[in-house]
Amino acid sequence: MHDDTITPPLILGGKSNRDVTNDIAAPLERNPGQMWWIAFIISFSVMMLGVVAVWYQIATGIGTWGLNKTVGWAFDITNFVFWVGIGHAGTLISAILFLLRQKWRTSMNRAAEAMTLIAVICAGLFPVIHMGRPWLAYWVFPYPNMRGPLWVNFRSPLLWDVFAIGTYFTISAVFWYVGLIPDLATMRDRAKTVFRKTLYRVMSLGWSGSQRTWWRYEVVYLLLASLATPLVVSVHSVVSFDFATAMVPGWHTTIFPPYFVIGAIFSGFAMVMSLMLIARSALDFGAYITQRHVDAVCRVIVFGSCIVGFAYSTELFIAWYSGNEFEQFAFLNRVRGPMSWAYFIMVSCNVVIPQLLWSQRVRNSALLVFIITIAVNIGMWFERFVIIVTSIHRDFLPSSWADYTPTLVEFATLIGSFGLFFTLFLLFCRLFPFIAASEVKAILPRDTEGVH
Amino acid sequence: MALKMREYALLHYGAFEDDRAACAAANDCSKNGIEIVDVYGPYPIHGIDKAMGLKPSRLTWACFLFGLTSLICALLLQYWTSAFDWPTNVGGKPYESLPAFIPVAFEMTVLFAGLGTVGTFLVWARLFPGKRAILTKARVNDDRFVIVVRGGMPVADQSKLEELWKQHGAAESWAEHQEIKS
Repeated sequence: MHDDTITPPLILGGKSNRDVTNDIAAPLERNPGQMWWIAFIISFSVMMLGVVAVWYQIATGIGTWGLNKTVGWAFDITNFVFWVGIGHAGTLISAILFLLRQKWRTSMNRAAEAMTLIAVICAGLFPVIHMGRPWLAYWVFPYPNMRGPLWVNFRSPLLWDVFAIGTYFTISAVFWYVGLIPDLATMRDRAKTVFRKTLYRVMSLGWSGSQRTWWRYEVVYLLLASLATPLVVSVHSVVSFDFATAMVPGWHTTIFPPYFVIGAIFSGFAMVMSLMLIARSALDFGAYITQRHVDAVCRVIVFGSCIVGFAYSTELFIAWYSGNEFEQFAFLNRVRGPMSWAYFIMVSCNVVIPQLLWSQRVRNSALLVFIITIAVNIGMWFERFVIIVTSIHRDFLPSSWADYTPTLVEFATLIGSFGLFFTLFLLFCRLFPFIAASEVKAILPRDTEGVH
Repeated sequence: MALKMREYALLHYGAFEDDRAACAAANDCSKNGIEIVDVYGPYPIHGIDKAMGLKPSRLTWACFLFGLTSLICALLLQYWTSAFDWPTNVGGKPYESLPAFIPVAFEMTVLFAGLGTVGTFLVWARLFPGKRAILTKARVNDDRFVIVVRGGMPVADQSKLEELWKQHGAAESWAEHQEIKS
């Protein structure tokens, strides 16, 4: 048992079970408020900008992008990898920290899982848009067809991606929903309006809190966590195979799977922290998302930052040590070439700036933590951009060398995906309990345990 | 268990505000030979399984079987489509390339093991959209733990039960006729 005189309790304010229910239900039961509407209108408008951009580029063709014969992947795939990566923190918090019995996860897992789901939705759009003819997207599935049947190529990492992202989305959705059922029952029991009564009654599946059901429920939760843990590692490994199995200097490296997974967790935790800091003040959850939670997340971010920095140096070292001149050129070009500014942003945002989080004084300032996590998000977007574009824009033949400039359509699509992300997240905040009430109640500090 | 019967019975209810008090009361009930129908609460009570006669769940087996089946099916599908039904030469790679089949086989294993486990759970726990929840007025999904005990017991036991509720600090206790599913 830990000593409570040194470690503060996870939930502050001596809350009772009733207080927890009331606190967590409060944001759903009061009117959304001005700030929510402003945020929603902005997010929705930005999403509409993205809708228009996507409509335009599909109607006209992806020639509206800045791609050329040499640079065939750039913004779109960067966005895809970025959003998948964001999602990984949610699964890490909900599954891996559950297996590791990290009780502080209970204040954040619900929202982090919702973030995962929404991020995977954003991610999944990009490969579909990249197909150019998204109405034929179902061709990626192995279904009996009249063309032979001509099957999909199971030896292609791009197809592995279809299965990895599909499974990831489905299992994350199921995990999130199973976690929600008891809280939906709580909301059902106190619902006043017809809409809420119906929504929660249907979604809570007649949950009545029976210990017989809870007994099985805990097994299901454990099994899902055990399945999701290797899954989350596999998903970004498969995403990295898209690059690692290609014979392109700068992509063709064995370090990619662990490098991508840790990068994903790093960027995802930064996004979780940004969202939690906003939600904590907007929804008045200061007693639930405490300094202890911020410290824990910051530690993961510092750890991720160090590993990512280690991966960057390993890449450079191996490029030099391989003795392969194409490999050496690719990395020299990355650091010193025409896109060195992107490399500089990546290293400073991912490796240098997060080191500030070693300081307790920095961690105590919500504003500084927020700024650092935003920097990490920018840096991690640039990491994918650097990996993708700098590796291919200088081809084997200098006659094929090209530069890449994104078009406004591509920017609008990226910004639009943020609009979609925040629109769905804001709706989540209004419709579902932001914190897993049943899990928080189970870890409340109990007054009669020992003498304090 | 397989036979579904409609049965009405007198049930005694004891509501507690603390999970440890409810757990102790349930354990005392079972010690005195009073049969517990079920215990309801906002989160799982650890240590109540013996009093309620709960056995280790077989859901782990369901999960394993679903996973194993989908692993085999995913591998067979890939072998059959890539090496037998329409072998396509892609970059001279072998048709039967097991290492390349692992990622999809793994993802399918996880997908159907997860969906199958949750599906089995919902069926076994009889949870479905539109089902009527019970005891919702008693705040069991909020902050109350309610022990439900089968009625029709000898008068001596009934007074023992009353005493037991009191001793463990029950906030409320009542008895009513309820339809129970055996």
